[in-house]
Amino acid sequence: MVQALGKITISSVRDLGRAGWFLFYSIYMIVRRPGHPAQVLKQMRFIGTKSLFVIVLTAAFTGMVLGLQGYYTLTKFGSEGMLGTAVALSLIRELGPVLAALMVTGRAGSAITAEIGIMRITEQIDALETMALDPFKYLVTPKFIAAIISLPLLCAIFDVVGIYGGWLVGVKLLGVNPGAYFYEMEKAVVWRDVYSGFAKSFSFGLIIAWIGCYKGYYAGHGAEGVSKATTESVVLTSVLILVWDYFLTSVLL
Amino acid sequence: MNMAKLEMMVGTFMIIGILCLGYVSVKLGKLEFGAGDYYTVKAGFDSVSGLKPGARVEVAGVEVGKVDRIALDDKSGDRALAFLKIKNGVKITDDVIASVRTSGIIGDKFIKLKPGGSGQMLKNNDTIRETESAIDIEELVSKFIHGKV
Repeated sequence: MVQALGKITISSVRDLGRAGWFLFYSIYMIVRRPGHPAQVLKQMRFIGTKSLFVIVLTAAFTGMVLGLQGYYTLTKFGSEGMLGTAVALSLIRELGPVLAALMVTGRAGSAITAEIGIMRITEQIDALETMALDPFKYLVTPKFIAAIISLPLLCAIFDVVGIYGGWLVGVKLLGVNPGAYFYEMEKAVVWRDVYSGFAKSFSFGLIIAWIGCYKGYYAGHGAEGVSKATTESVVLTSVLILVWDYFLTSVLL
Repeated sequence: MNMAKLEMMVGTFMIIGILCLGYVSVKLGKLEFGAGDYYTVKAGFDSVSGLKPGARVEVAGVEVGKVDRIALDDKSGDRALAFLKIKNGVKITDDVIASVRTSGIIGDKFIKLKPGGSGQMLKNNDTIRETESAIDIEELVSKFIHGKV
């Protein structure tokens, strides 16, 4: 019993240390020897361009439901004019960064883990090391750079599409004054809101690449190991994004 | 996949992303490059209760600027000092009267400027002398009830 407890403690502390070292070493490698531009480009296509469709779709429906819910609540106080403010602030400050990051986690984070995990179990990573090539430079840093660049851009697209989704429902469907929608929005949103949203999505990009690569890099044996690593990667990234979001909000508020 | 096509796809994504980034930060976040086309005048009030930075500044109902920031007057310690950003090209006389007014049902506060007849114009960092504070309904009602009107 005591032995098992000790074992769990030691292994979880080791895991944490390994993950921390992995993050530290990846950032060190980005500064020292970033991967080939073509590799980064390829990863950006995967993480950024290919996520575009799902981001636009989720953003449109998030904005639309915000418009609907916001209208329902605000109409009780006779202040439908504030709908633009409600939609824009909740999207820019909170929902844009978090939902974009969660969608990318599901789409790209899992694929990153699976890709690196399969390379690990088929000993391709060992082969790279044998040829004195640093696997970080080829596999890890391009994904880090691509995720850090792509996430804020995806978040911005999410915000804009969401705002127009809210406009579609609020103004076109429910008859809120279009002038009030945008005027109130522009009046209420300040640079601090925008800045905190992008700071969030930037750090979420780092989290997605970090956990995705780390879980794949240390995947267990066989197909089962890869499937376990992928599941753990998605769950851990999602939880970490939400927890980190809370701390970042309380600091940036 | 060949390189040109790859670059094209990533490029398209980045352009859309940067456009959205620009829209959100410049249009909504009001990120200004440089000083912008404004000059600043100060106005001291007894109370600016309800006035927020970013509120409109109007002359005859036309928006001519914004409230930049609000601070407590260091010298007197009990007066509010509002810094108004007025668009270049809008001329404000030095005997203008600035008053805090309310618009709409939700009670948005804005600053109404009523220009006077003086020939002297206000310059950057000048102070408006004549001001009227925000109307405090509660105070008015209590005055009425206690019979001091």
